[in-house]
Amino acid sequence: MSETAAITASMPEKTPATVIELQAVHKWYGEFHVLRDINLQVAKGEKVVVCGPSGSGKSTMIRCINRLEEHQQGRIVVAGIELNADVKNIEAIRREVGMVFQQFNLFPHLTVLQNLTLAPIWVRKLPKKEAEETARYYLERVRIPDQADKYPGQLSGGQQQRVAIARSLCMKPEIMLFDEPTSALDPEMIKEVLDVMIGLAEEGMTMVCVTHEMGFARTVADMMVFMDRGEVIERAPPKDFFSNPQSDRTRSFLSQILAH
Amino acid sequence: MTSEEVSLSLTPPRPAPWRDPKIRGIVYQVVFVVAVVGTVAFLIHNMLDNISRQNIATGFGFLHKEAAFGIGESLIAYSPADTYGRAFLVGLTNTLYVAALGIVLATVLGTVMGLARLSSNWLVAKLAQVYVETFRNIPLLLQLFFWWGLLNSTAPPPRQAWQILPDVFVCNRGVEFPVPVASPAYYWVALAFVVGLVLSIVLRRAAKQRQMATGQQFPTGWATLGLVVGLPVVAFLVAGAPLALDVPVLKGFNFSGGEAISPEFAALLLGLVIYTGTFIAEIVRAGILAVSWGQSEAAMALGLRSGLRMRLVVLPQALRVIIPPLTSQYLSLTKNSSLAVAIGFPDLVSIANTTMNQTGQAVEGILMIMAVYLFISLAISLAMNLYNRAVALVER
Amino acid sequence: MADIAQDIPVATQAPPRHSSGALGWLRANLFSSVFNSILTLLAVALIAAVVPPVIRWALIDAIWSAPNGAACHGGGACWAFIGEKLRFILFGRYPIDQDWRPIGVVVIFLLMILAACDRRLWGRRLALLWFFGLSAVWILMAGGILGLSSVETALWSGLPLTLILAVVGMVFGFPLGILLALGRRSKLPAVRVICVGYIELVRGVPLITVLFMASLLLPLFLPAGVTIDKVLRAQIAFILFAAAYLAEVIRGGLQALPKGQVEAADALGLSYIQRTRLIVLPQALALVIPPLVNTFIGMFKDTSLVVIVSLFDLLGAAEFALTDANWQGFAVEAYVFVAVIYWCFCFFMSRYSQLLEREFNRGRRR
Repeated sequence: MSETAAITASMPEKTPATVIELQAVHKWYGEFHVLRDINLQVAKGEKVVVCGPSGSGKSTMIRCINRLEEHQQGRIVVAGIELNADVKNIEAIRREVGMVFQQFNLFPHLTVLQNLTLAPIWVRKLPKKEAEETARYYLERVRIPDQADKYPGQLSGGQQQRVAIARSLCMKPEIMLFDEPTSALDPEMIKEVLDVMIGLAEEGMTMVCVTHEMGFARTVADMMVFMDRGEVIERAPPKDFFSNPQSDRTRSFLSQILAH
Repeated sequence: MTSEEVSLSLTPPRPAPWRDPKIRGIVYQVVFVVAVVGTVAFLIHNMLDNISRQNIATGFGFLHKEAAFGIGESLIAYSPADTYGRAFLVGLTNTLYVAALGIVLATVLGTVMGLARLSSNWLVAKLAQVYVETFRNIPLLLQLFFWWGLLNSTAPPPRQAWQILPDVFVCNRGVEFPVPVASPAYYWVALAFVVGLVLSIVLRRAAKQRQMATGQQFPTGWATLGLVVGLPVVAFLVAGAPLALDVPVLKGFNFSGGEAISPEFAALLLGLVIYTGTFIAEIVRAGILAVSWGQSEAAMALGLRSGLRMRLVVLPQALRVIIPPLTSQYLSLTKNSSLAVAIGFPDLVSIANTTMNQTGQAVEGILMIMAVYLFISLAISLAMNLYNRAVALVER
Repeated sequence: MADIAQDIPVATQAPPRHSSGALGWLRANLFSSVFNSILTLLAVALIAAVVPPVIRWALIDAIWSAPNGAACHGGGACWAFIGEKLRFILFGRYPIDQDWRPIGVVVIFLLMILAACDRRLWGRRLALLWFFGLSAVWILMAGGILGLSSVETALWSGLPLTLILAVVGMVFGFPLGILLALGRRSKLPAVRVICVGYIELVRGVPLITVLFMASLLLPLFLPAGVTIDKVLRAQIAFILFAAAYLAEVIRGGLQALPKGQVEAADALGLSYIQRTRLIVLPQALALVIPPLVNTFIGMFKDTSLVVIVSLFDLLGAAEFALTDANWQGFAVEAYVFVAVIYWCFCFFMSRYSQLLEREFNRGRRR
């Protein structure tokens, strides 16, 4: 039995409200082994922050959760649905999982309001009026209610990312994934986006967040996950993770990232 | 100091004339215009001089004279007894016909090949690439000569015609194919088609409103297909399903019955479509690649399936990038159709050429050709500029 | 307490067999779905239907030597025809005993083009090289001095004529195109209108029209008694045509140049001519080198149109070769041969242009 299997076997029973589960997940790009034996569980309402050096596979891992990347071995279960090649399963999972990208990826040919109502109308099949009401509600929540009729190209980076968060929220997902949401922002705009994310966390949203913002992690995370070279090296609550890292590699990474 | 003693001039004094940029600008322009106009006047003077010395007629009066040459194929009625003006009209209609048909077919071929180049199937992508790289790097005229040589010389005489499909023959007189015999049923079919088209537009509008109101979607795609195809089929069957075909049959040394397209027309169309198709394929490919992968990922993450993803997110953005160079290719194809003169298809340039040879009035002939092509170019440019302004992405 | 901590790395494993290696590649690229599998089968069927007959015609059944046309029919391709007509297709009606001169011309052109590809030479040295190259080409083709026998332009034909028309068209069209592009962006309305008028006029009409204009109308435009030879007429047509298309390409470069460059030049006190020559043009031209190469490729293909005005470039010479009474019916062989020559030139030039584009983009992306 591998080390990891032994550790997994000795872990406490999963709580019934596990919404994301990765079991022995492996992924290869050609011959390159990019994810090695990933085991992860996320409970409902839990906020998990994934960190690690670049190339460690953290983005790849969370992109496997909504099938933007395919895993070749192992099992992934999201919101009780098995993630495999079955298109119906993939679509069901994507309805319940919202994703915020580093590059925002707003649709430039649609207004902000149209960006937000696109998926509710076409995927959840809501009437236009209801979709627009929801959209305006979430625009209010991310604090840019007056930009509804503008185009993404007319907004600042921070505003665009907040619109992107609102766009995912309009689908009322169970889980929100964040792939380095503030890495492409100018420093003065990072706070406005992190504030929105903190607000979301306080309301009980299940979040998996890949980020370098350690201050945010300390405030919000229930669990820190450190990945390096495709493996999960360490997993601990923030207070233990930052003050008493167990692994050498974790220690070395933290010393670099917290130096300034 | 009091304010009356100090006189502040609020407008600065004008500089000396030779230093004043405005005056210099005017002087430059005057010099330039004089030079250009002077050169043009000199050339025109020479031209008129030479023309009168060689006893060439001037003016457009020749358009009313009898043409006295036959034209191989024409969309409108023409005989050698008609005027040069009418012959010119025949050339114009032929050019527009070949151009329109060529544009439609080249767009279809180019789009299919462009999408094929993006296919995840390695073999299909590579074959499309071979097509593009081969026909893009060979001059169009050479391709026209090749197809025309194939259809004209290499193709056998009617008695040994190649049969590529049932009742479709290729010989050195052209491509013979069967056509349906005219029958009143076809009017009903055409009517049913128009009715189907109108109904499907109405249906789409109603379905859209229903979706806005209740969120429920209606399969408008299938419904449109059903109306536009199904209604004509029903009309066809109800009208008695006449299937009689006028089939080309070898009688003696040639075919009779059916319709034929001349080797010249076939070669011109084939060459234009295959050549322009390569450029359109590259344009379509570039347009779709221009839409960043992140857009598709965001659409996927929102749960949109691939058909909706293409329609709502990728294609609208891709079309903005595709349409401007595409219209430029359409223009190119129209201009390239003028190469018909080299293989004997009676297009505008070809007929104008014959006219110029017969009347000696080269200046008028070339002016007419240029006027027609300029008009087409400007029309297409205008349309494209309007489109661009309408769909430009709004930015800061 | 940490839930998981491990310092022993998980061993690298090989990917599952069905998703890697040759089998994995086949699965991903050719048979990834039902639709793709059908496409693959159709593609293979297409290749099987087309490629073997072509190979049989072109190689296996081909006749490589024959005394005359009649003996060359009945098999596959008649490459003996090409062997017989090779010299004519390549050099046309140039005097046979002076063959070394057109060969030299082609070699000089190839060297000039290869030199232009070497980035280290860009600048004054390249301009000088090309000046000497073109002069050498002129001397070799026309003769009349340095002890070379004079050869009239009517006999210039084949590949040298194609190269001359294309290269000289671009070389002289280039400065004219720069002037037109600058004029089109000028603030002086008269200059702008005339430049726009010229560019739109020439771009709006087919090249064949410009060639007709040049060959039929130029003699009329000249004073009585002044003649102009046919090659020069076509050359002028190409220069005027190239100038208009190059003007649009250069205009794209001028537009892409950041406004700050012009402002900085003005702030330094440079005059219009100094600013244009030293700051604007070098950068604007560098921005559009790939489209410039593409324009040259297009011009190279367009030279084939001179056969319509009775000049014998490469294509024209092949057409003429086909009229030989002893060798009738080998149009396909002739066209394939000429197509291969054009294709080689154009394909390698377009590959080079793609290489340039990639390198420029790499330098530009931050």
